[in-house]
Amino acid sequence: MAMMEFITTRKDELVGWVRKFSIFPYPFVTACCGMEFMAVASTLYDTDRFGAALPRFTPRQADLLMVVGTISHKEAPIIKKVYDQMCEPKWVMAFGACATSGGFYRNYTVLQGVDKIIPVDIYVPGCPPRPEMVIDAIMKLQDQISRDRHPIFPFEEQTPAKL
Amino acid sequence: MEYRSPVRSFLEETADPNNVLVNLGPSHPATHGTIQIIAELDGEKVVRADVHCGYLHRGFEKEAEHHTYHKVIPYTDRLNYCSALNNNFAYAETVEKLLGIEITPRCKWLRTLLCEYNRLADHICCIAATVMEMGAMTAFLYLMTIRDYIFEHLNWLTGARLTYSYGRIGGLKNDLPDGWLERLEEILRIHEKYIDRIHGLLDRNRIFIDRTRGVGCMTPEHALNWGFTGPMLRSTGIAKDLRKDSPYLAYPELDFEVPVGIQGDNYDRYYVRMCEIDESVSMIRQCVKNLPGGPVSIVDDRVILPEKQRVYTNAEAIFHHFKLIIDGTKVPAGEIYNSHECPNGELGFYLVSDGSGRPYKLHVRGPSFLHIGGVHTLLEGYQIADVVSTFGSVNMIGGECDR
Amino acid sequence: MTYETIAEQLKELYDRSWDSFGMLVLEFPAENIQAIATRLKEKMGFDMFLDLTAVDYPERDPRFEVVYHFYGSKHDLRLRLKTLVPETDPTVATLTGLYGSARFMEREAHEMYGINFSGNDDLRPILLYEGFEGYPLRKDYPIDMEQPIVEYRK
Repeated sequence: MAMMEFITTRKDELVGWVRKFSIFPYPFVTACCGMEFMAVASTLYDTDRFGAALPRFTPRQADLLMVVGTISHKEAPIIKKVYDQMCEPKWVMAFGACATSGGFYRNYTVLQGVDKIIPVDIYVPGCPPRPEMVIDAIMKLQDQISRDRHPIFPFEEQTPAKL
Repeated sequence: MEYRSPVRSFLEETADPNNVLVNLGPSHPATHGTIQIIAELDGEKVVRADVHCGYLHRGFEKEAEHHTYHKVIPYTDRLNYCSALNNNFAYAETVEKLLGIEITPRCKWLRTLLCEYNRLADHICCIAATVMEMGAMTAFLYLMTIRDYIFEHLNWLTGARLTYSYGRIGGLKNDLPDGWLERLEEILRIHEKYIDRIHGLLDRNRIFIDRTRGVGCMTPEHALNWGFTGPMLRSTGIAKDLRKDSPYLAYPELDFEVPVGIQGDNYDRYYVRMCEIDESVSMIRQCVKNLPGGPVSIVDDRVILPEKQRVYTNAEAIFHHFKLIIDGTKVPAGEIYNSHECPNGELGFYLVSDGSGRPYKLHVRGPSFLHIGGVHTLLEGYQIADVVSTFGSVNMIGGECDR
Repeated sequence: MTYETIAEQLKELYDRSWDSFGMLVLEFPAENIQAIATRLKEKMGFDMFLDLTAVDYPERDPRFEVVYHFYGSKHDLRLRLKTLVPETDPTVATLTGLYGSARFMEREAHEMYGINFSGNDDLRPILLYEGFEGYPLRKDYPIDMEQPIVEYRK
């Protein structure tokens, strides 16, 4: 029995290792943070080192939805549609202060944080965030992904705390 | 939930039933930012196009009515976020004119230098994004590298990489640190090397010329009728530039030319921008040579905050500071329209003041808004693949278009 | 072409004029807008329609002041035109037949202030969305009254 658990935890680690180093981001770029996203993806601060280089501009092929920039109420149905079209497993990164909580816009048109309509895994503060912060966020997201459990057998469901 | 477009398109009723309606939606790699183009296609040709903007409307005018004049400065940064200093200084000059204050000579020259420096960054960003969408990844990576050096350099001066909030009413936030001008010269030398490579990659490239020559043409009358300004207008052959016609800041004393195009197509717009980059570099060098000494902000109690040392020790200074922050600068009642030549065109601020510390109305005349209003005339009659290159050459910045 | 000749040629169409920081401002009754704009475009060389906006003065009647800016590329002069429209019937004639740039600007003024442009049949919302009720830039619209389209999750 312990042998089975050893194998299943190794299986979880293997799946986590594979997933975390091959992230396909979908950069949903709207505003000023887009300039910082372009800087992060370029040569000086490279996301290719983390496996997260190729942006897939179709939600069917992407796993990480990076919400870059301010989301207004007019844009909200579009982002909801894009999120719904993505297949599991999917993660969401709220890039910048406006995507996290509306930024310093508190008015009739700005959605106060994209987590009001879709679940977010990691928030990156900053207006716009420095590229090093974005790299740090990708690394923390990779930690989260590697610690996910992927239960197949019934005995695996009994783990008390999902880290 | 039911998915439909937030604003209906008139093409839904009036399109020819034999043609196909295609939606290049708001989240699309080729439309930088968020523009929706609904195109009616006959085969590959775009018969009619309906362009929708407004997905980035952030309520700038309403926010400006609820904040003091000083607190509006970060909102102005986010208008044309590629060249935020231009917006800051245009807004600061509008308020300064209404207040009737004159900035110091050093501030004038420094603002001119930074305006041209940011114009460099904006044109680099525009060309990089345009050619990346056409497939030239190398040019994109080279230009992003220079742009990153410029960002780090401005970070050293202002504290931020992209949205600087450096201009103040009556001056600037702080003076230049030591060694800043030497690093500027180094960056300009690296920049010239890289731009030579970009010229070599693109100028006489057969594929680039085929994709951009003769695409998206417009006549000068067409451009004036639809309200185009900036490089869009200059590419048709009209040499209209606010820096020459109604000069502001230190432009009357600078020696530069205004590049114009021939037939108003995508190649002309690209080349006008490349020429403007060279003019900007020469203007920056002239500004560095002529930079006078002296203080960078004026001494005027109505506008400038007292020094921090005095605020911590002196009672009048702390009341003064408190009043300026909470109530705002009291600008005399009146109205003014002031415009600057920003990298995209004519950025105008129409300010109505009622005598209190908050603007009564602050309207921004964003050049990109009018460009998007007229871009459907540049798309109709061309193929759908030309939408990508035309749109890139228009340099639509969402913050300016939707405010 | 100077500001004096402009004021002279438009003499019977406007009510009063003054100077604002080097720019001529003319105030005219709302019915004359198309006559003035046609004369400006055809005879006086104002070939660009720069800006259209409105200002809201809720405590006075007429409530809205519609402001136009024009620019002429030959003589490099700018001009501001203003007209007052009441709240009960905020209608001005459209300029879309003369200038293409009027299309988007009139849509924005309509959705933000509620000003109707007679003759313009395409007054869809441009910066806001269909289903948005109210006119946000009026002074009586509270700044943080949001009208979301998508339901919030718990």
